Amino acid sequence: MGIVTVKRIGTCVLFVVVLLTAVQPAHAIPAFARKYGLPCSACHQAWPMLNNFGQTFKDNGYQLGNDRDAPIYQQPAYWPIMFRVTPQWHRENNNRVAVDKVPGSGSSGLVESGVTSSGFDLNGIDIVTAGTLSKNISFFVQPFIGNGSSTALLQTWVRFDNLLGSRWLNFKMGKFELDEPISQERILTLSNTGGFYSNYFFTPPGDSNFFTGIGNYQLGVEASGHSDNDYTRYSVAVVSNSNGQTGLPSNQAYDVYTNFNQGFEIPGLGLQRVGVYGYFGESPTYFQTRGGTPIPGTGTGNRSFYRAGAYGQWYFRKFDFQTFYEHGYDNVFLGNSVAANQPSKLPVGAVGPSWNGGFVEAHYTYNPRLIAIGKYELIRMSRQANPGIRGNSGDLDTWTIGYRWYPIMNPRAGLAWVQEYSRIVNAGTAPISGKDDISNSYLMGFDFDF
Amino acid sequence: MRIRISLAGSAVVFISLLSTLAGAQESRVANLTGNAVHGKALYQRYCIFCHGEFGDGRGDSAPYLDPKPRDFTKATFKCRSTPSGSLPLDTDLYDTISRGVHASGMPSWKPLLRQERVDLIAYIKGFSPRFQEEKPAAPLPIPPGQPSTPESVKRGAELFQSMNCWLCHGKEGRGNGPSASSLTDSKGYPITPFDLSSGMRFKCGDTDDGLFRDLMTGLDGSPMPSFADALKPDQIWDIVHYIHTLRAGAKGGLSQAQAAPKAE
Repeated sequence: MGIVTVKRIGTCVLFVVVLLTAVQPAHAIPAFARKYGLPCSACHQAWPMLNNFGQTFKDNGYQLGNDRDAPIYQQPAYWPIMFRVTPQWHRENNNRVAVDKVPGSGSSGLVESGVTSSGFDLNGIDIVTAGTLSKNISFFVQPFIGNGSSTALLQTWVRFDNLLGSRWLNFKMGKFELDEPISQERILTLSNTGGFYSNYFFTPPGDSNFFTGIGNYQLGVEASGHSDNDYTRYSVAVVSNSNGQTGLPSNQAYDVYTNFNQGFEIPGLGLQRVGVYGYFGESPTYFQTRGGTPIPGTGTGNRSFYRAGAYGQWYFRKFDFQTFYEHGYDNVFLGNSVAANQPSKLPVGAVGPSWNGGFVEAHYTYNPRLIAIGKYELIRMSRQANPGIRGNSGDLDTWTIGYRWYPIMNPRAGLAWVQEYSRIVNAGTAPISGKDDISNSYLMGFDFDF
Repeated sequence: MRIRISLAGSAVVFISLLSTLAGAQESRVANLTGNAVHGKALYQRYCIFCHGEFGDGRGDSAPYLDPKPRDFTKATFKCRSTPSGSLPLDTDLYDTISRGVHASGMPSWKPLLRQERVDLIAYIKGFSPRFQEEKPAAPLPIPPGQPSTPESVKRGAELFQSMNCWLCHGKEGRGNGPSASSLTDSKGYPITPFDLSSGMRFKCGDTDDGLFRDLMTGLDGSPMPSFADALKPDQIWDIVHYIHTLRAGAKGGLSQAQAAPKAE
């Protein structure tokens, strides 16, 4: 063994030692941590992903069940608010974008070309204010300030907790994230192609369903409940068929979402959880119009659709896997974007589209301050709405790898360094050739809240 | 060179192992045995911010908490089934972790796995040499409770006066007795007597048996003494009954969700 080799080994060992020394357990996260004095890692496996203690806290209406729950017992200066910002550098590449053959000449015709962009960027600012209005009445308000002048009210709800003195009866009203199998709101990835669950937002090619996925915030009411240790959970939501848009844009129909899951212990491995869910609804296929323009809220000719499936969360000490399966179906009128009062416009052989999808997301939690992430997701069309559509059009494969490192956590703030790479292949959706459309994202940056 | 590296590596691993095992403690609750190594990882995730890296109750959050987090290095625990001054049983620590300590920053950690809670106990016991040097005393027996009668309540009220409970807890149990403002815990921090009329859950559980046990064992580390030697069991039951009358007027009473956790 030569001197150079020994030096290299020494350098590597030193690097590992420095890294492991630096990676100490996480401490705090704002808002609720300030209220209860608990570390962020108490509620989050890795922020923002919840562990069972955090899920229990959330299901209790952001209450620990002690004398600090009601705001009357807080210091007058306490303000339950949090900001989240993600300054980053990212690179986006798409292999088939329709561009003018001659740049600047709109009449030169379109061709497909690879397009790459990169640079420093911001996603905007998430603002969250949440907590309790009094014992057993909780609230959540989440405005979002985007780049430029865009703003949005992502969530606003009030929840009455432990009704009739029972954890099994809680009632929420407003705009909220559905009790999703794996929370989209708490996803660990941020990149353009990997920062969301594609299954939660999937619509088949040519489909005009007003509802675009369980990943959207919805407007409605929710009844939910859970056991003392949160191993058994249920939720039933009745929401307007508005896809979460305010101002009654759709119709007067209501959709139903339900989720049930059960946790169980496997000695030596940890808490496992399995569940089933379903979203069942009706969407309008046409609107009353004025001058040919649809009048919001007058949607009619409702036709049915559903999304249903099963999922699991599997823990093997520091490893965990999240598995998700979904089957989706839209009525033939929705799938072909044809008004229900004009059935003659349906293509010959038209049927309601259906598909299957799922994902596996794996994490290795070295400690609360360092987590590695890998995710693979796919969607397969099992039946196209229009027999003229290629069988695999709409099929999707996407994977993401990355890690989050939380070098700074204190009672007022948390900061994560994030690096991830993701790739998505949309089968047969290239705008001109109909070939596979492939996008890549690389992102590195900070994700911090305070 | 390879041999030297291997020897050096083995020495490092051996020393690390020794240092880990030196403070390692065993914990047993029912058929579960705690693992201090796993407990350490859990402690760093859930507990370190209040109780501190060294278990001395001086975590980053401690300055903002009242009452202060428990100092595990002293091995002095309020909620026990053992006599005053004794170490707690593993089951006492398990109950405390599972139930939380009411009227403090310590929440219920029942959402953690049972094995995880037992692992935490194994690690926490490593902070104090007392757990290596001493054995917990046998738990104090709790005789069957007597039914609450007007006579029993009256006797309890008299004992509340004669045993000077009122000096701290106040004549109406509001925690505002003449000594209240000058009380400190064993570390010298100011401590407020429990407001028995508030309707809030008692620190160590809300059952009659739990209240009886607290009067028998005292709350070590606080000014609340043990009455095991001063009173007979029937007299302690009388005080339990009297305390219930102080709580009866509590606004709103207790909801089911606030009630003491059921046994698993």
